[in-house]
Amino acid sequence: MTPNDDPGAARANLSLAERAWRIRRHALRMGEVQGQGYIAQALGISDVLAVSYFHALNHRPEDPAWEGRDRFLLSIGHYAIALYAALIEAGVLPEDELDSYGSDDSRLPMSGMAAYTPGMEITGGSLGQGLSVAVGMALGLKRKRSRSFVYTLFSDGELDEGSVWEAAMSAGSWKLDNLIGIVDVNNMQADGPSRGVLNFEPLLPKFEAFGWHAQRVDGNDIEALVAAFDAARNLDEPRPRIIICDTKMAKGVPFLEARERNHFLRVEPDEWAQALDVLEAGRP
Amino acid sequence: MRRSKYERPVREPAPEGGRAKTSAMIASIAGPDQRTKPAPFGEALATLAQSRPQIVGMTADLSKYTDLHVFAKAHPDRFYQMGMAEQLLMGAAAGMAREGFQPFVTTYAVFASRRAYDFICMAIAEENLDVKIVCALPGLTTGYGPSHQATEDLAIFRGLPNMTIIDPCDAHEIEQATVAIADHPGPVYMRLLRGHVPLVLDEYGYRFELGKAKVLRDGRDCMIVSTGLMTMGALEAATLLARDGVDVGVTHVPTIKPLDEATLLEVAGRTGRLMVVAENHTIVGGLGEAVAGVLLRAGVIPAAFKQIALPDAFLDAGALPTLHDRYGISTPKVVERVRGWLG
Ligand SMILES: Cc1ncc(C[n+]2csc(CCOP(=O)(O)OP(=O)(O)O)c2C)c(N)n1
Ligand SMILES: [Mg+2]
Repeated sequence: MTPNDDPGAARANLSLAERAWRIRRHALRMGEVQGQGYIAQALGISDVLAVSYFHALNHRPEDPAWEGRDRFLLSIGHYAIALYAALIEAGVLPEDELDSYGSDDSRLPMSGMAAYTPGMEITGGSLGQGLSVAVGMALGLKRKRSRSFVYTLFSDGELDEGSVWEAAMSAGSWKLDNLIGIVDVNNMQADGPSRGVLNFEPLLPKFEAFGWHAQRVDGNDIEALVAAFDAARNLDEPRPRIIICDTKMAKGVPFLEARERNHFLRVEPDEWAQALDVLEAGRP
Repeated sequence: MRRSKYERPVREPAPEGGRAKTSAMIASIAGPDQRTKPAPFGEALATLAQSRPQIVGMTADLSKYTDLHVFAKAHPDRFYQMGMAEQLLMGAAAGMAREGFQPFVTTYAVFASRRAYDFICMAIAEENLDVKIVCALPGLTTGYGPSHQATEDLAIFRGLPNMTIIDPCDAHEIEQATVAIADHPGPVYMRLLRGHVPLVLDEYGYRFELGKAKVLRDGRDCMIVSTGLMTMGALEAATLLARDGVDVGVTHVPTIKPLDEATLLEVAGRTGRLMVVAENHTIVGGLGEAVAGVLLRAGVIPAAFKQIALPDAFLDAGALPTLHDRYGISTPKVVERVRGWLG
C-alpha cells in the first residue's frame, strides 16, 4: 500500500473544510479524465465525505481491511468518483492513480466495485441494495461482539426502491444501533428532480415511523454535519440512525450548480480549468 | 483474471491518444462511419400511439436513457413516471394491462431481468398480459461492469413461458419491431439499442416479421446465425472474409422465442458448411444453446458447430471496444475466429 505522496504530517492539521475542498479538487480532476460524468454528485457530497472520513469513521488508511474498522458502504455505485476522491484524501488510494479513473484496467472504475478498489466495501450500482447489505453486516458485527459501526451512503433516487424500505423496516425491527444511514437528498435523479420523479417527502417522519433515530441537516454545512454524526454515534438508544443530508448538486462551482439537468454532467474541455479556478478561488 | 485490488497496477505508459475510457451510458454504440437514426424506438412508439389510444408508456426513472422521453413529449398524458422502482413498474404495468391498456415499459435490461423478474413472471407472464418490456443496455453494451451488463437476460426470459423475446439488430428493425410487437397480443421482452442507432438492414431489403429468421446473405463455407447487434458484426465479418475468398453467409434471428425452427433446420441442413451462432449474451442459455437444441432434436448435424458468445463470467469494466475485443465479439475477433475454425 502506497500512501499519499503528500507528506502526511503537513496534512494532519487540515480543517474539515479544507479536506472537503481537497476532495472536491480530486473529484474535478477525475471528472476531467472522462470529460463528463457524476461530477455534480461528487461536489455535492464532499462535505459529508470529509466529515465521515476525517471526523466520524474509525479506520486505518494503511490497512483498509482492518477488522476493527467502521464499515462505509457506498450503495450508489455511480458516486464512486466521490468516494475515490475521499479515499485519495484519506491516504487509502495514491493520488497518482487519479488519472486512471474510468479507464481500461484501472482500479477506479466508473461504477464502484468491491473487487477493484481498496476501501470499497461493496459493489454498488444496482441501486437499492446497500442498506440491505448494511443490515446483514450490522447483524454480523453484533454476532462477533464488534463495536464497529456500519455507515451506508445512499441516494434520494434509491428511496424509490422498495428494497430500501424493507431494509429500513428490518433495521428498526432488529434495533440496529450500530447502523448509521446517510441519505443524500440532492433532489436529482436520472430523469430529473427527485421529488418530481416520485415524491418521498416527508422523509424524516417516514424513518421515524420505521423505528429510526432521524436527523435532517444541510449536507453542505460542516458544523451541522459534525453535530449530526456525533449525535448519531453517541445516541444511547437501541435504534438505527439516519442522517438525511440536503445537499446542493455541484456545490462549490457556481456555474455548474446552475446547470439544471446535472445527473450526468457534460463539461466542455475548456471548462475544467475554469471549474478548478473557481474552486481555487473559494479555497478555505 | 483481475489482480488483487491491494496491488498497485503496473502503469504502462499511456498508448498513443491516451487510455481507452469507459464509454458513457448515454453514448451510442454506433461506429464513427456508420449511418444512424436517432431514438428509433421512441419515435416509432410516439407515431404508433397516435392511432392507438390504448398505448401507454411507463418507466422506472430511465425515460431519457431508453428513448421513451420522445413518447413522453408527444403524449405527456399517457406517460407514467413510476420512479426508480422496477418491481412496482412491472406490477403496475400488469394492472394497466388488466384495465385494457397496452403498456410499453422501459428500464435497463439488468433491472428488468434481475430485480423485477418475479413480478414479470407472476403478474405479467403467467396471466399472459399484453405488456411490452423494452430494455436498454442488453448484453455487453456498457463498460460499467456487471451491475449494468445484462449478459444473461435472454437465458432468464427464455425460461419464462408465454414470453416472446426480440433482439433487434438496428434502427430499421427496431422501428418495425415496435409496431409488430404492438400487433402481437401477450407479453414481449425486447432488447433495445438507443440514442443514435446504426442503420444497416435497410440495405438488405429486410423486413422484420415476428417469429421469422431471415437469410441476409448465403455462403458456401460458413453460415453465421446471429441475433441483435451481432448481426451487424457478422455482416461486416462476411464482407471482410469475402475479400480473402472465404464465402460466409449470415442468417439473422431477431426472434429468440419462439424460434423459427424451420429456417434454422434448413440453413443447418446444407452439407459441408460450418455453422457459427453469434450472440451478444453469455454462452449459457442464449441463442447458441437454443439452436443446438433445435438441431439435435431434429437430428440435423452441421459439418461443425461453434459459438461466438460472452464467457460464463462477470465481465470487466472498461471501454466498450476494449471489452468487445477482450471477450471475442468485436468484428475483427469474429473474422479471426471464423478463419481459425475454417483452418
Ligand atoms: C436498480 C437500478 N435501477 C436503475 C438504475 C439506473 N440509474 C442509475 S443512477 C439513477 C438515478 C438514481 O438516483 P440518484 O442516485 O438520486 O441520482 P443522482 O443524485 O446521482 O442524480 C438511475 C435510475 C440503477 N443504477 N439501478
Ligand atoms: Mg439524487
